[in-house]
Amino acid sequence: MSSIVTHLHKPGSSHGHASRVTQDAAWVRWTLTTVALLFLFGFVLLPLTAVFAEGLRKGVGLFFQSLVDADALAAIKLTLLTAVIAVPSNVVFGVAAAWCITKFSFPGKSVLVTLIDLPFAVSPVIAGMIFVLLFGLQGWLGQYLNAESVWFPWLQQWLIHQDFQVIYATPGIILATIFITFPFVARELIPLMQAQGTDEEYAAVTLGANGWQIFWRVTLPNIKWGLFYGIVLCNARAMGEFGAVSVVSGHIRGETNTMPLHVEILYNEYHFSAAFAVASLLALLAIVTLVLKSVIEWRNSRA
Amino acid sequence: MSTRSSRSILPGFGLSLGFTVAYLSLIVLLPLSAVFIKTSGMTFAEFWQSVSSPLVVSAYKVTFFASFAAALVNSFFGLIVAWMLVRYSFPGKRVVDALVDLPFALPTAVAGIALTTIYGPTGWIGRWLAPHDIQIAYTPLGVFVALTFIGLPFVVRTLQPVIEELEPELEEASASLGASRFQTVFKVIIPQLFPALIAGTAMAFARSLGEYGSVVFIGANLPMKTQIVPHVIIEKLEQYDYKGATAIATVMLVSSFILLLLINLLQKWSRRYHKI
Repeated sequence: MSSIVTHLHKPGSSHGHASRVTQDAAWVRWTLTTVALLFLFGFVLLPLTAVFAEGLRKGVGLFFQSLVDADALAAIKLTLLTAVIAVPSNVVFGVAAAWCITKFSFPGKSVLVTLIDLPFAVSPVIAGMIFVLLFGLQGWLGQYLNAESVWFPWLQQWLIHQDFQVIYATPGIILATIFITFPFVARELIPLMQAQGTDEEYAAVTLGANGWQIFWRVTLPNIKWGLFYGIVLCNARAMGEFGAVSVVSGHIRGETNTMPLHVEILYNEYHFSAAFAVASLLALLAIVTLVLKSVIEWRNSRA
Repeated sequence: MSTRSSRSILPGFGLSLGFTVAYLSLIVLLPLSAVFIKTSGMTFAEFWQSVSSPLVVSAYKVTFFASFAAALVNSFFGLIVAWMLVRYSFPGKRVVDALVDLPFALPTAVAGIALTTIYGPTGWIGRWLAPHDIQIAYTPLGVFVALTFIGLPFVVRTLQPVIEELEPELEEASASLGASRFQTVFKVIIPQLFPALIAGTAMAFARSLGEYGSVVFIGANLPMKTQIVPHVIIEKLEQYDYKGATAIATVMLVSSFILLLLINLLQKWSRRYHKI
């Protein structure tokens, strides 16, 4: 459902000639622009500014001190680890999904496209909850580990011996993040590859290229900016996810805290400046994401 | 156009489709089915008791009304913002255009604490409202503010391409037939934008129903007052009441799937003028 939001759109793509009758009167232009800018200022720019202002309120020293604090560093590390695993897996999936959906026709295609969008319709809290149901102590995994007679007793023994844990541990955080960021790359690539068609790939086949050669030399160069944008969005969401991760993490300081969870803990303990300092890092990530988006759009509109 | 899969000369169909379906099943379908399997193990009386307790019903109400109000406000301001971004030019337009996506890119927890600070009694905006006895943080109004922030890009980004594709000829025709600009806007332009406006508003609404991170800070989760449905689920999970949490999640999932279906239909309708 967020498909439209995540798509690149070309700014200022020509809409014909501007004649007098299709233009609003000056006072209308001024009023609407003022109303729109005030709304954006109050609801969007002000919160962004507040993050940095509050982070720096008690001085630059404390700001940086909050970032190199041991728990903060552990949170940053876990966030990076999560993104490093979640983003590439969804990239591989996104490319594979876009390839079979746009280059071939098969029954059930529209169902598949709808199912890919499904995680967008699921509340982050529910996304976290389903992994608790599967892997929690009262969940299927817990029942398996505690059962008397089970299938594959050696597997049960091995899992117990390994102290295998998904929930309240890193694997759960990574799984929940993969679920939440699942559609981003695919949703970006599918419309792009649909628009490009299959002519160039057919030409490559005719000239004797094999599958990998077609992908690396023909398809990838065509989709690289869309793919890059998909990765940027996927990464931003992976690093910033809060609700889903909060359910599966268990909030163990220095161990299962990601950056957004660390912000929450600091904030709830009234360490406001420290909370906003860590939050500024995340806000910076958001700004970089938006800048990259604008740059890619700008490139697209010139191409 | 692609030919039938069996006759397509491009390689990799089996591999890519196989991987896609396997990954989709493992990551999304199988875990999601856990909710419905868990729910099907409950008796109807158990289920009904979980989803209709006064606390939960109050959470439905808060979530629904705050989401609805936020979506309505966004449909009004979002239309103006989208119109401004497409039709007018002013210095810094590119920056403003990029800013619209901020609610999408900013982690929800960061948005939550920032909004709480601004709208709190001593915040940049809150301190001007406090003397007038208007409190936003820790009231349902705060939930509404957070959801308005979250929903804005959905409306603007749905409308923008549709406004770009409006044919100026229609406006010219309307003007040449003697319509005032006001009549042209309300009888020619708005009807063309209406389906996209509804679709964008519905998307903002759907997103708001499940939103958690930005709301929990500014709403403070006061039971029967500002507690939202996702927070009730978290609370039940913390008490190891998995059945109760699952039952409420089922209600939420089913309603958001229905909404998703409606939005897809709306989008088809909204593109009926733009067959490409």
